[in-house]
Amino acid sequence: MRFILFFLLSLLAGCEQQQAIIPAEGDAAKPVHGDTFIEASIGEPNNLLPVLSSDSASSDINRLVYNGLIRYDKNLQLEGELAESWEISEDNLTFTFHLRRNVTWHDGAPFTSDDVLFTYELYINPEVPTSYAEDFLQVAKAEAVDPYTFRVTYEKPYAPALESWGTSIHPKHLLENQDITKSPLSRRPVGTGPYKFFKWDAGEKLELLANPDYFEGQPNIHRVVYRVIPDSSTQFLELQSGGLDFMGLTPIQYQTQTDTPAFTRNFNKYRYLSFSYTYLGFNLTKPLFQDKRVRQAISHAINKQELIDGVLLGLGQAATGPYKPDTWVYNANVKRYPYNPELSRSLLAEAGWTDSDGDGVLDKDGQKLAFTIVTNQGNDLRSKTAEIIQRRLKEVGIVIEIRVVEWATFLKEFIFTGSFDATILGWSGGPEPDQFNIWHSSKTAPRELNFVKFSNPEIDELLEKGRRTFAQAERKQIYDRFQEILAEEQPYTFLYVAEALPAVAKRFRGIEPSPAGITYNFIKWWVPKSEQKYTR
Amino acid sequence: MLVYLTKRLVMMIPLLIGITLISFVVIHLAPGEPTDMQTDLNPKSSIEMRDRLRERYNLDKPLYVQYGLWMKQIVTLDFGDSFAQDNRPVLEKIGERMPITILINVLSIVVILAVAVPIGILSAVRRNSLFDRGTTIFVFLGFAMPSFWLALLLMDYFGVRLGVFPVAGLKSIGYDYLSPVRQFWDIVHHLIMPVFVSAFGGLAGFSRYMRSNMLEVIRQDYILTARAKGLSERVVIYKHALRNALLPVITILGLSVPGLIGGSVIFETIFAIPGMGKLFYDGVLMRDYPLIMGILVIGAVLTLIGNLLADISYAMADPRIRKG
Repeated sequence: MRFILFFLLSLLAGCEQQQAIIPAEGDAAKPVHGDTFIEASIGEPNNLLPVLSSDSASSDINRLVYNGLIRYDKNLQLEGELAESWEISEDNLTFTFHLRRNVTWHDGAPFTSDDVLFTYELYINPEVPTSYAEDFLQVAKAEAVDPYTFRVTYEKPYAPALESWGTSIHPKHLLENQDITKSPLSRRPVGTGPYKFFKWDAGEKLELLANPDYFEGQPNIHRVVYRVIPDSSTQFLELQSGGLDFMGLTPIQYQTQTDTPAFTRNFNKYRYLSFSYTYLGFNLTKPLFQDKRVRQAISHAINKQELIDGVLLGLGQAATGPYKPDTWVYNANVKRYPYNPELSRSLLAEAGWTDSDGDGVLDKDGQKLAFTIVTNQGNDLRSKTAEIIQRRLKEVGIVIEIRVVEWATFLKEFIFTGSFDATILGWSGGPEPDQFNIWHSSKTAPRELNFVKFSNPEIDELLEKGRRTFAQAERKQIYDRFQEILAEEQPYTFLYVAEALPAVAKRFRGIEPSPAGITYNFIKWWVPKSEQKYTR
Repeated sequence: MLVYLTKRLVMMIPLLIGITLISFVVIHLAPGEPTDMQTDLNPKSSIEMRDRLRERYNLDKPLYVQYGLWMKQIVTLDFGDSFAQDNRPVLEKIGERMPITILINVLSIVVILAVAVPIGILSAVRRNSLFDRGTTIFVFLGFAMPSFWLALLLMDYFGVRLGVFPVAGLKSIGYDYLSPVRQFWDIVHHLIMPVFVSAFGGLAGFSRYMRSNMLEVIRQDYILTARAKGLSERVVIYKHALRNALLPVITILGLSVPGLIGGSVIFETIFAIPGMGKLFYDGVLMRDYPLIMGILVIGAVLTLIGNLLADISYAMADPRIRKG
């Protein structure tokens, strides 16, 4: 699963528990084929070759057109997709995948282990401008043993490796010996997945049709249309007018604008925790934040519930660390920072910050306790969060200034140069708990992800051990300790985990919310004949 | 005339080079690079990969070398490939977006002229009447109202509540299965709200311009003469006055030629219309240099040609300028 900084709230990630209204499935009718599912994307897909694309519109489509060797099932456990089964050697270095037989590409050519080997070579080819080579560069040897067996060997045990084989497999016979950036497949993809590419009206919409030869059976919904609608208010109006069947709602839409009779008659709403969290990160190279007590004091001065109520309208949970509360790796028994301004003030006093001149602002050695929070433009939730934090910190005597900066400038001038005090940002991730790139002390070079410059020898050791360990029980212990240290050290104040809030047209049946969200079983969704809206 | 034309055309070359040079430098001054979108804050990407991408796009070379390389391409009319992940030729991307932008702009100019010219004439002739004041309020309302707000109101009312117009987009989902005549009506149906919104904001400029030209002309001696000859008021206004009052409109039309390919980001975003404005905006956000430069060059050429055309047609329409 891709792990990118979330710009908009990432949708369709994990699922908390079903607080949602599940449609009463009165008629136990059999799923039938037909109808069209229409969703919108705010941007046009960039490139339908997964090796070259990194935008969310492209990956949404690629998920339906391509398959990986493995995938996450509805309970976020790895299961085979193009691989029927796999074995891991005793030393955790060699993975052997047994591939499905009788899988064909959309153009009819058979799928074999040569395609897998080709995909691997594509990712590590220096000529291919991909940003996803990292996982595959860890491979020492890859071989196609026979047409239906593929084997990779790693130099060192690498736990995130298995997940990386969920990468879309590319067709060798169509891409071999050519400049991949010029391939027509970037506009007309050919995969092995449940949907075939049908047509693309540039800037307008893209259509996929059910693949009748799909190895798991033909999907029920005949056609999937992605409309490009860049404005989210327009998307919401389109949804209400019936022009869309699916949309991720904002908290305000979910809470106040969708309880009309017309809306509840036509749509089901769902809610579940997303695989992402928002945090207040401190620049640990600044003298002010080098004192752990100051960071802890700030965490105590922030009322997380107030943020959730004010910013997310209650549709979220407090974050206590980098993992989602309902995953196996989450450790609930870490130090928590309940809202407590008195405790906050006394921690600050311990660290030497007192209001000696009586102006309401804490000071130490003639210096006022003041800093700037910087965040990116275009994310309303983050700037609102900053304002609420500003008010709470003022109550304990800390002066906050807020700067909201355009994305590219924000990264270039503030984050990567380390010239910021504190920042509000979010990370989105997946079920794999490896957080090496974000917390390891070696990842602090400019442009690397540990931009708060957190450094802790025990954390480094745990992170290295974590990615070399395969047994879940053992990993759990490692990452439990990892979360304990983070909670004690508070390099970030972990703020909240937002919920994904999809609305789906009521005529679609077969939706079963699970820890993996709702779209994992999209090919099983169906519409009763009498309710089908589009006949072609 | 031919000498004049050649002179004007030759003068355009240094002007164009100047424009491209300044644009090139300015867009490279903005922080961020095309590769950032793919590699920044992406744990699956490393520094080496970023350098690989930079090398591929020649971003590791000094700016003047990059400009030289770009110039070398452009003189052969090769606009290069976009830096976006689709790597498609810039001209192809522009070509996709151009027709719809031009269509909407032409339609809205036609609507504007059809409404604003009569309004301008009538409010000049009946100066300070109820009609004059009423239309003044109306056109300024259109001018002052944010187009995205008006668009959202119309979409909510006509699209969601009444359901008579589609909310956004250009074609229905079943467009491909319609007969050609129905396809035509489908597009017309989708264009009504966008063209209305984009024309409404432009009424004020044209109608006020028309009104003040008309007022000026009506005060001229030859109008007095025409009336003294005993011509009917109709002939005086529509034959003698209108022709002269229309002259400056030609200039404005000439100046709106580059505007024909420039779309509005907000407008296109709201109505989900794949036009030039959005293309340019996305290009800037991604720092897609070849695309930005391509659009700027085409825009600059059209501006220069538009000015030239305005000058020429002005000379043709007005004998006083031709002789002078």
